[in-house]
Amino acid sequence: MSDATEPRKKSGTIKVDYMARVEGEASLLIKLKADRVQDVKLKIFEPPRLFEALLHGRHFTEVPDITSRICGICPVAYQMTAVHSIERALGITIDPMVRLLRRMLYAAEWIESHVLHIYMLHAPDFLGYRDFVELAKDYPKEATEALRLKKLGNRIMAILGGREIHPVSVTVGGFHKTPSKADLLPLVEELKAALDIALAKAKFLGGFEFPDFEQAYEFVALSHPSEYPLNEGRLVSNRGLNIDASQYEDRFVEQHVKHSHALHSIIRGRDSYQVGPLARFNLNYSKLPEVAQQAADICGLRVPCLNPFKSILARAVETVFALDEALRAIQAYEPPPAPKASYEVRAATGQAITEAPRGIQYNRYSFDDKGMILSARIVPPTSQNQKRIEDDLRAFVPSIIEQPMEELTRRCEQAVRNYDPCISCATHFLKVKMERE
Amino acid sequence: MKHKHRIGVFKFASCDGCQLSLLDLEDELVALAGAVDIAFFPEMSSNMRSGPYEIGLVEGSVTTHQDAARIHQIRKQCQNLVAIGACATAGGIQALRNWSDTQQWVNQVYAHPEYIQTLSMSTPISGHVPVDFELRGCPVNKYQLLELVSAALAGRKPNIPTYSVCVECKRRGNICIAVAEGVGCLGPATQAGCGALCPTYSRGCYGCFGPAESASSTILAELLIAQGHPSDEVVRAFRSYNACAWPFRQAAEGKGLT
Repeated sequence: MSDATEPRKKSGTIKVDYMARVEGEASLLIKLKADRVQDVKLKIFEPPRLFEALLHGRHFTEVPDITSRICGICPVAYQMTAVHSIERALGITIDPMVRLLRRMLYAAEWIESHVLHIYMLHAPDFLGYRDFVELAKDYPKEATEALRLKKLGNRIMAILGGREIHPVSVTVGGFHKTPSKADLLPLVEELKAALDIALAKAKFLGGFEFPDFEQAYEFVALSHPSEYPLNEGRLVSNRGLNIDASQYEDRFVEQHVKHSHALHSIIRGRDSYQVGPLARFNLNYSKLPEVAQQAADICGLRVPCLNPFKSILARAVETVFALDEALRAIQAYEPPPAPKASYEVRAATGQAITEAPRGIQYNRYSFDDKGMILSARIVPPTSQNQKRIEDDLRAFVPSIIEQPMEELTRRCEQAVRNYDPCISCATHFLKVKMERE
Repeated sequence: MKHKHRIGVFKFASCDGCQLSLLDLEDELVALAGAVDIAFFPEMSSNMRSGPYEIGLVEGSVTTHQDAARIHQIRKQCQNLVAIGACATAGGIQALRNWSDTQQWVNQVYAHPEYIQTLSMSTPISGHVPVDFELRGCPVNKYQLLELVSAALAGRKPNIPTYSVCVECKRRGNICIAVAEGVGCLGPATQAGCGALCPTYSRGCYGCFGPAESASSTILAELLIAQGHPSDEVVRAFRSYNACAWPFRQAAEGKGLT
């Protein structure tokens, strides 16, 4: 990727025009002058699809299906955040079993998305491969088992929602149709077997080499009194933030920067922050079930972890959590009396935050007395992490500046992938580009 | 050594879901990667090689000047060009802008609209270059995608049914929710491929596989209105993920509906 010779003091541009193994279209540009980082730009050139505008005039019941189309990798995150926002607007209380099924569905998406990122997108960086297929040739057992875990996540989503991408069962107030206990029971043995596999995988991943790199992050995640967060909780940080979803827009600002179609989020009066698996792990370790804490011990992940390269381990721990959560939910499940709560339509505004696989997602919807959408606001996790990714690179590049240009570029791509950026969400495609002056 | 077909996977404006379907083929992925040469698939591999390709799979719709030029370059490199998914075959949900003022939408979403360059219309791949096959769905059915690639390797026509969702629904033994419960269902005019998911999950089909070849969307629209569904609801039903597909467009723009 480098297009110039290597001077003693490094100047120039690290440039990845089309970054691979990320979801969507982005490029990375890092300008160096005499071993100093002059500029870092993560450019998102995914064409804007204008979801917040196209929702105007649609009925709120259409929102979860439409917003799921923002992202094929985390459609459930969009469906969940949408239905919770609308339910909060209308004061709808959902059945405890509906709540349990939603956690099961969301956990299944975490399993699929985390395993996809760990093995197909990120592990090749740690092991020196260009892709999963190359990795699978040298590590056939690891690859087969990873695919088995991924498939199980997809299978649970397909049972609950008909299909794994853009499932069809979620609706405001509950589900169009809820499964019978018998539909879910065959998953129990599979989930138990998968937990053993996921624990063994934690050991494998813990053996990777991690660059010695730490940053003083502000981690932001949901926090629930008794559960590891998925659908509910207050938004907290390690620097004292503690708010309800309705206060999100008072405390967070989105800035539109010239080089990107995604908006940069910062905390008002402060700076960039990190959302996602590492933030959740650091802020909610004590809520993890024993088996997930055991996975953390096995892979050597400890609180607080300030090394973003270890986010792959946080994903492994959360995969164990999600498998355990799905198992717990199936065991506790009894079909609810009605698949969805009934409600009266009126003009209202509601906000909600849920934990997508890549971090918090914020939605706000206002609608009129017929339920037609008047305004919509959607803040996906990747736009929240985007500035933090740039800040990480600014700090990380000097520590590896001695490396040849090609290796430097490769390491920068790996650092971007720490955040599992989903650029389809942020609006899609990663290129890394380093420029020499 | 036997020549392996080279495959390229290309992305335009989309959610990534259709190309993700390839990675969701957990049981077949490794065998598929062995049977063909996946020469360009950035979401999966950093090993990106230039064309020509025997098969080009294109996901997404055209919404920028750059993409309108890029699709011509891709067409030149691909012996067989296949549009996959509702965005590539019918403009996708982002084609709702085609009935609105796109600039106003940009102003609404972005603080600095001047940084954003986008076309006023979202258009399918076939609106720009000849396409050899269109695989429908939002998202596509991953087994249909596999069938398509297998057929191309064998040099035969892919076996992709063009009948309506009703056929699949009957095969599943579902009671017709449109007849029995009066639920608004686009199944009669929508192409099969999903396995009649929505009716199976107790809701009306919302048309994500686009119009079925021989069914009349306009007659279905009239029937839905006669059944008592408000006309604005019927217009919105046809104007969603496949809004630009001609029969759905006609149904939504039909007499007395708009």
